[in-house]
Parts: sequence; C-alpha cells; structure tokens
Amino acid sequence: MWQRFAPALPANPWNWIAVWRRNFLVWRKVALASILGNLAEPMSSLFGLGFGLGMIIGGVEGTSYISFLAAGMVATSAMVSATFETIYAAYARMQTNCTWEAVLCTPLTLGDIVLGEVAWAASKALLAGTAITIVAVALGYAEWSSIPYALPAIALTGVTFASLAMVVSALAPSHDYFIFYQSLILTPMMYLSGTIFPMSQLPGSFQRIAALLPLTHSVDLIRPAMLGRPVDSVGLHVGALCIYAAFPFLVSAVLLRQRLMR
Amino acid sequence: MSTAAVDLFQVSKFYDDRVVVDALSFTVSPGECFGLLGPNGAGKSTLARLILGVASPDAGKICVLGEPVPARARLARRGIGVVPQFDNLDLQLTVRENLLVFGRYFAMSAAEVKAVTPSLLEFARLENKADARVSELSGGMRRRLTLARALINDPQLLVLDEPTTGLDPHGRHLIWERLRSLLARGKTILLTTHFMEEAERLCDRLCVLEHGRKIAEGQPHALIEQQIGCQVIEIYGGNPHELLPLVRPQVQRAEVSGETLFCYVTDPEQVRLRLANRTDLRFLQRPPNLEDVFLRLTGREIKD
Repeated sequence: MWQRFAPALPANPWNWIAVWRRNFLVWRKVALASILGNLAEPMSSLFGLGFGLGMIIGGVEGTSYISFLAAGMVATSAMVSATFETIYAAYARMQTNCTWEAVLCTPLTLGDIVLGEVAWAASKALLAGTAITIVAVALGYAEWSSIPYALPAIALTGVTFASLAMVVSALAPSHDYFIFYQSLILTPMMYLSGTIFPMSQLPGSFQRIAALLPLTHSVDLIRPAMLGRPVDSVGLHVGALCIYAAFPFLVSAVLLRQRLMR
Repeated sequence: MSTAAVDLFQVSKFYDDRVVVDALSFTVSPGECFGLLGPNGAGKSTLARLILGVASPDAGKICVLGEPVPARARLARRGIGVVPQFDNLDLQLTVRENLLVFGRYFAMSAAEVKAVTPSLLEFARLENKADARVSELSGGMRRRLTLARALINDPQLLVLDEPTTGLDPHGRHLIWERLRSLLARGKTILLTTHFMEEAERLCDRLCVLEHGRKIAEGQPHALIEQQIGCQVIEIYGGNPHELLPLVRPQVQRAEVSGETLFCYVTDPEQVRLRLANRTDLRFLQRPPNLEDVFLRLTGREIKD
C-alpha cells in the first residue's frame, strides 16, 4: 500500500525546491509584465469599489469602507493568484508542455513536483497579496505594523488555494473545465466570505456555510492584522487553512498519480 | 542482485482490458546497445515508461541498475538519462538554462552544472547556441540538446525513445554518430525505434515487438541471416497479386505488402528474366534487412 503511493508523495523535504526554482527562472524573464497584470484587477476593484461604494456606504465595522475592502482584496487576490497559477500555468506544464514528464524521468517524485508547484503558486499569491498590502499601507488604509502579521496569513492563503486548485487540475480533462471552478466555487466564495461586505449582512444559514469556507478564515486573519486590531481565534483559522491545504494536497497527489503514472 | 543494466521478467501491462505488454522478458547487459523494434502501438514507449518506473507493471519483475522498479525507481533514475519521444525542453529558457534546471533535479549545484556544461554543449555541437532560447533552435538542435540534457548526471544507462523520429537525414546521422561515441565511452543504451536502419546500425542486439509480444530477439545480422538468408527483389508498378503467380517458381518466398511484391531469391536474375517483357515494372535488388525480417514474422511492413 505504502509503496503504491510513495511516488505520489514528496521524496524528501527539499526536492521541491528544484521545481520552484525552475518556475522562478522562467517567471523572472516576464516578471514586470506578470506583476502588473496580476495587480491591475484587484487594484481597480479596490479603488473602483472602495471610492465609489465607499461614498455611499460611509463606514463599515468601525473603519472606512476602502480600508475594510483592502483586506478583502488582499485575501481575494491571494486566492485568485494561487488558483490561476495552478489551473492554467501548472496545468499547461503538466498537460501541454510535458514539463512534468521530463521531471518524472529524474530522481524527483510526482509528490516533489506537486509540492514545488503548490509552493510556487503560493509564492505568486504572496507577491500579489503583499503588493496590495503595501499600496494600502502607503495610502493610509492599513497600518505599517500590520505587514509582518499579514504576510504569513497571505502565504497560507496561497498554499491553501493552490492545493485546492491542484485537485481541480488533476480532475480536469481539459482547461475548458476550469471556468466551472471559477464561476461556481470561487466567485460565490468571494461574496460569502466577507471580502466585499461584512458576513453579518448574510442570512443566518448562509453565515453558517460561510464560516466553513477557507476564504473566510483568510479574511478573518488578514483583516484584523491590516487594521491593527487583535485577531480572534488565530489557532482556529490557521488550523482550518492548514486542513484545507494538506488534505487536498494529498488527494491531488493521488489523483495525479492515477492520471500521469498509469 | 542482478548485474544486468536492465532485466525484465515476464512483464505484462494492461490498459483497461487491452494488453500493451504481454509477458515480456529480456536482459540488457552493461555497455551494449539494445533495441526495441516495432511499429507504432507495439508497446515500445510503455516499456520505456515501465523501465523508468513512471508506470507500474501489472505482472512480472523489473530490475534496473540493480534496483527493483518501480519500488526503488527513484534511486535507479539517478543513473539513467532519458531522451523522450517528444521534446519536452523548456522553450522559454536558453540552452544553458535548460541544462542548469535539469542538473538541479539531480541535486547538482550551479557550480557542478557549470563545470560540465561546456563538454555537453560540445558533445551536442551547440557551443555557439549556449545563450539562445530553445524556441529559436531547429528540430535537430533541440534533439541534440535533449540528448545533452540526458547526460547531465553522467548516467550509466540511456533510455532513448525514438530519438531520431522527425529528423531529416542529416540530423539523424549526426545523432547516430553521437550515440556511437557514447557506446564507445561504455554507456549502456536502450533504444526504441521503428527505423530498421537505425536498429541495424546501432544495436548490438534487439527485440522485435508486435502487440506487446516478443516475436524475435538477437543480433541484427543473425536475425536477418536466420529469417531471410538470401537476396531480395522489390517489384513495383504492377498489380503484385497478378505478378505473384508469375514469379512463384523462381523464388523461395514472396510477400505482398501494399503495392510492392517482395521476392526472396538466391538467384535474382531468374526473376528479372521472367518479367523481362514487362516494361511497366520497376525492380529494386538489395541485400535483406530487418524490414524483411519484420515482414516475414508478421506478414506486414513496419512502416506506419
């Protein structure tokens, strides 16, 4: 049993770094375009909604609407960055460009590759989330002191959503199927998880569902940190995100083994 | 522990209910070039995947470089270099960067990769392309880079899956020459191919496959001698089924494949004389080759 699944697991704690560094080397050549492209959408949402709706709404939960929204945009952009890197870029490396196939002929295992890809997607999520945090801080919508607390939460959000997206990649027969994950899972989750408006506005039953979603736990860690407030139930939120990261990672590794190593 | 480079014993592989590899056994000794010859769909690439431990057999035992595969395939792969059927180089990276990235998968430091890069580029005749992006290289150059990349870990065993498919004759000859120099350096090569000429030129021994089964095994020249052992005349330009009865008395054996009549004869002149009045026909007289062996064993040509 163990031998059957050994190729789906990382062989050691450091093999994944070679996969991460390969992706970094390729990304470095298009870094500027990639950063600008990744930031344009969350920034326009932040300023468009923040200023536009902010004028109508006024304050939310004891702060300005744009400050409230900034944390939501940080969490959302981390989610979207990690997801897109996994379902589009990593999927292309697996399916179209056969990059994974080349790596499978080396001493690395499939688990090493999956871990390297998840770590890479999380790194891009960290970059996107951090960039928005810095802009928010520079414009006075968040505290400077919040950055050291927000970054680990952003990174964990990235790992979680990269892992979840890896399951989708493992199951998708072609990239045409990813739109369902985006429109049926990610977009509703964004509205339910208190990124754009407080969860307390939702009907009770929706609030109970929302409390289980990974993005809710990310927002509950990132928002208080950015607003310089104490974070409640850190252990619960971190634990929930870790479960949402670890379990899908294992599931995706087993599914990918069936897909690629038959 | 086996001293063979590759040892397969009664290996079978099924996809759904289809048999892809059927109770196959063979042994590759260190330092030899062993060919797996067969048409597309014969199970050659599946065998390469089984040997690398990327796929698991449904029955039988595989041992590669002394390691049981797939159980310890990861360790075996430390000593293997692979040229896949389709290039999977990183197109956005340069030639040098491709080698660096691949070296890291074998836990090599940047300095170690840098130290071996010049000799690998020289081997691949890509010295002046070191900083070119792979997307700018020709098909032949990419193939040679893939071969150089396979040597980054100084492997004992090279697994080459149709290494010259899609190359022009010049590119093919250059790869063959490079492979012979590797054999001279004592490397073991396991080569899959559907090119008879490639198998004949390079392989010390080969295994002819059809539908995942071994239909012959041995040295190329011995196989040709055993199975054919006489001259061949190919006749084109007429209906081969009409020609067959005309030449039957003069030949030892004849096969029709497509538009061609293959005649196996000790005295080819007899056949020419018999058909001397047929100006519409074209004759090609040649020594026998592996193509004929395959045709004899399976009743059809390998070209597909």
